[in-house]
Amino acid sequence: MSVRVALHSRSFLERGLLLLVILIFLEGTVLTLGAASSPDISAQDNTGGHDHLDDHRGIAGSHVHPNYTKKAFPVLSLDYHHIQVPFEISLWVLLASLMKLGFHLIPQLSSIVPESCLLIVVGLLVGGLIKLAGEEVPPVLDSNLFFLCLLPPIILDAGYFLPIRPFMENIGTILMFAVVGTLWNAFFVGGLLYAVCQIEGTYLSQVELLPCLLFGSIISAVDPVAVLAVFEEIHINELLHILVFGESLLNDAVTVVLYHLFEEYSGAGEVTPMDVVLGVICFLIVSLGGIAVGAIYGILAAFTSRFTSHTRVIEPLFVFVYSYMAYLSAEMFHLSGIMALIACGAVMRPYVEANISHKSHTTVKYFLKMWSSVSETLIFIFLGVATVAGPHAWNWTFVSVTVILCLVSRVIGVVGLTFIINKFRIVKLTTKDQFIVAYGGLRGAIAFSLGYLLDKNLFPMRTMFLTAIITEIFFTVFVQGMTIKPLVDLLAVKKKQEAKRSINEEIHTQFLDHLLTGIEDICGHYGHHHWKDKLNRFNKKYIKKCLIAGERYKEPQLIAFYHKMEFKQAIELVESGGGVKLPSAVPSQVSMQNIQPKKLPPPVAERALPQFTKGREEEIRKILRSNLQKTRQRLRSYNRHTLVADPFEDGWNDFILKKQRLIELEKKVRLMSNYLTVPGATPDSPTMCRARLASDPNAFYNIKASSDGVPTIQVDLASPQSPDSVNMLNEFSKRGATGQGLGQREGADRDEDQGLMMKPAGKGEKGEEEGGNKNPGLMRCLSDPGPSNEDEEDEPFLP
Amino acid sequence: MNNVPSIYIHYSLCIYSSCHYFNFFLKSSIFNCIVGKGPVISFEQIGILHKRFKQLSHNEDTLRRDDLNTIPDLSCNPIRTQIIEAFFDKRNFHQNGEGTVQEISFEEFLVVMSHFRPPALNMTEEQRESIRREKLRFLFNMHDTDNDGTITLEEYRHVVEELLSRSGALGKETAKGIADAAMLEVASISMGHMEPDEFYEGITFEHFLKILKDIEIETRMNIRFLNMDTTNLCK
Repeated sequence: MSVRVALHSRSFLERGLLLLVILIFLEGTVLTLGAASSPDISAQDNTGGHDHLDDHRGIAGSHVHPNYTKKAFPVLSLDYHHIQVPFEISLWVLLASLMKLGFHLIPQLSSIVPESCLLIVVGLLVGGLIKLAGEEVPPVLDSNLFFLCLLPPIILDAGYFLPIRPFMENIGTILMFAVVGTLWNAFFVGGLLYAVCQIEGTYLSQVELLPCLLFGSIISAVDPVAVLAVFEEIHINELLHILVFGESLLNDAVTVVLYHLFEEYSGAGEVTPMDVVLGVICFLIVSLGGIAVGAIYGILAAFTSRFTSHTRVIEPLFVFVYSYMAYLSAEMFHLSGIMALIACGAVMRPYVEANISHKSHTTVKYFLKMWSSVSETLIFIFLGVATVAGPHAWNWTFVSVTVILCLVSRVIGVVGLTFIINKFRIVKLTTKDQFIVAYGGLRGAIAFSLGYLLDKNLFPMRTMFLTAIITEIFFTVFVQGMTIKPLVDLLAVKKKQEAKRSINEEIHTQFLDHLLTGIEDICGHYGHHHWKDKLNRFNKKYIKKCLIAGERYKEPQLIAFYHKMEFKQAIELVESGGGVKLPSAVPSQVSMQNIQPKKLPPPVAERALPQFTKGREEEIRKILRSNLQKTRQRLRSYNRHTLVADPFEDGWNDFILKKQRLIELEKKVRLMSNYLTVPGATPDSPTMCRARLASDPNAFYNIKASSDGVPTIQVDLASPQSPDSVNMLNEFSKRGATGQGLGQREGADRDEDQGLMMKPAGKGEKGEEEGGNKNPGLMRCLSDPGPSNEDEEDEPFLP
Repeated sequence: MNNVPSIYIHYSLCIYSSCHYFNFFLKSSIFNCIVGKGPVISFEQIGILHKRFKQLSHNEDTLRRDDLNTIPDLSCNPIRTQIIEAFFDKRNFHQNGEGTVQEISFEEFLVVMSHFRPPALNMTEEQRESIRREKLRFLFNMHDTDNDGTITLEEYRHVVEELLSRSGALGKETAKGIADAAMLEVASISMGHMEPDEFYEGITFEHFLKILKDIEIETRMNIRFLNMDTTNLCK
């Protein structure tokens, strides 16, 4: 017992030491980080030491008096074993996170070497340290751990944020590379490797054909983790990214089938044509079954999220749990878990996003990103550790032939397949594209884990295989991963555009879709666009209705996009301080009045008429009122829960506070620059203003902090000065007690102005109108218009 | 590409011997327009398009608006009228055309279709740019209904309204707002700062090119012309 305790405390101390070493390593490069953390470590070390002593004393006592019921109460005792597993897991995760942190603090390093390489090096170092300390290196990259814990987050992240549109547009090419390409690689590498092994003098003649093919099928699959890690850093254009990445995702089914097939028959030794047929059927079942399982869970998740409006906090959990269950269910039947996850994520996303709150969406996004990045880091570190752990059987011939054959087969495969594919593609793949696709075929941890799974008794060459796999992984990740970035620059391959999607682009994307569908219909053939359109319409008509709660399923995509944009602008405005800025500080802006068609009589004539006729004014009032009512109705139908009922959901309080501050500030600004707040000596006489409002009362959602300095977000929806806006006030009093108060103050302010001159009144009117129109938008935003973020693309069901 | 292999001429002679287009093709500029630069619509494809043309026009030599209006697949396309108008817009036939026509012959039909031909494998940067301009010009003309060189706010609103015309009252309501936002965006991108009394006339073609530069139109605005005859399958 005491020995064990001592052992454990030793390993404890060792781990503390390990951490210290790592931190020193970090400290050497990042002083601040080291300084912040090292006191903690020493404190931990001290307590560790005390624990050790205390424990020994306690144990010694118990040994001396075995039968005593009364003994010194152990004030402090140590039981490392009790917490060992979770503690070590946390330690690894902490190590991974710290490493990630460290690399991003040294931009020079991460710009030269890809993160994945550095992480492998760290893994090697950690493994070396463990070995130096005389401990047995733990089998960190155990297949169960890898496939059940580390891989799913990365794949789910990839599937959930899969850019569906380019993916579906290139699905043929991707499938070709994933299925035919992988098959070709497996048989080419496996077959030639077998041939090489038969050469005299290589001492490899005991390697049979089937194990060789098995090895080929393990080594030939492009790895999504490695591809993601490298391609994310080189910012390649969307087409190439989706080609390589899509291939790495979809080749899973092929790998799974080939792996099981060859593993099965390696024992038997014979493969009949019947087995080949069965293999093909198995492939179909594995891939389609995986997709079906994923889709079912995805739809379940979407359906569940329909009812979560009252328990927002657990919304994100459904996304994760359903996806994980999809993965596990698929794995249970040896279906392709990766494809299940991808399908699940891609299917649920559009509906879930429409159902869950904005905050939940942010949570989902962050959790996915967090998990996947930690998983990725851990995988690469573990690769390094596992390399040290060994055992290795280095065979120069086998290893070098493997590396060369992989390169050759990949190049031949890509070039050959592109030759066929280009006959069918509208946008052909150029030579440069082919080069990047071939060169981007990185291998990674999946191959290692599959190799690790092999049975030692059935495959005596397992160690050699593992060594070769590791070498191949290192070769692709280090050599190809490090050189691909300079090569991309050298070849001037088109990079990804980071621009945000503008509303114009969105309009034209949709317009183009419909146009192409129409042209196809006129041409008289049912092509890609035709079916896409059909599917979209079906989705809109039936599926959305079932899976999306409330009225939002009716919302066309363009409108959804527009609302998101509106929401984002409102957020940006609030965060930047809105209209508080002085007009001079406002960057070049174009306001609504610049694009309004000038149908009005010239301003001179306008000024000559000092006032409105009563009838006309009444008319304008009516238009304004009806418009406000309409927007109010719309807003109500969109509300899935009221703000009052759920004030925390959307940070309403926060918003109010900000608003108050804003209005205070803005008042100051207005006081000091009254002349600036008026639209200057422009033709905007009050009449003109009003007329404009009348001509287009809806046009004010987008007046930013424009040159007239009107604060864009105003809570004072209606100032009490106008009689018919009192109704409005009542309507909104429920939610806007603060706003009302402010509104009254504003109103008073305005009345004063009105007494002095006409122009501010016009402005006031404008502000009011703007408030009225702005607020529905805001209300809607606050009532949670669903997710919006900068990098997402909102696709139709199938693009 | 002007020196078409004789076998093709021979082949196409077989197709077109019944109709009198072949001679016309060889000498007309339309021939260059379709087959001339870069991407090609092959003669087989032209033959299939011709069949479809005949089918649509009920074996007449010319096609009318009504013929297109009655295509059942097209009936649920929100921008149907604009698509059909594009076929009868003289600007899409040749460089300096103006106005609309009542009926079109097969050549004009083909010229409109040729705006949707896929790009070639290896293009120089100039070729790419010219194809890009040509395709965007087609789009621009669809929006610019009165042919004054600008898309005004009214015209843009109309476009968005059409796009949302399938989504009922809700769409109508928002369409205006979306068009205004889009217009505002164009104005602020292309004009930068504007004084309050300045007026942005509308989107010119140059501005149109600018705002859509991120949409890779040359790789997207194309359809696959089939090599086999599927007209019997379609309504």
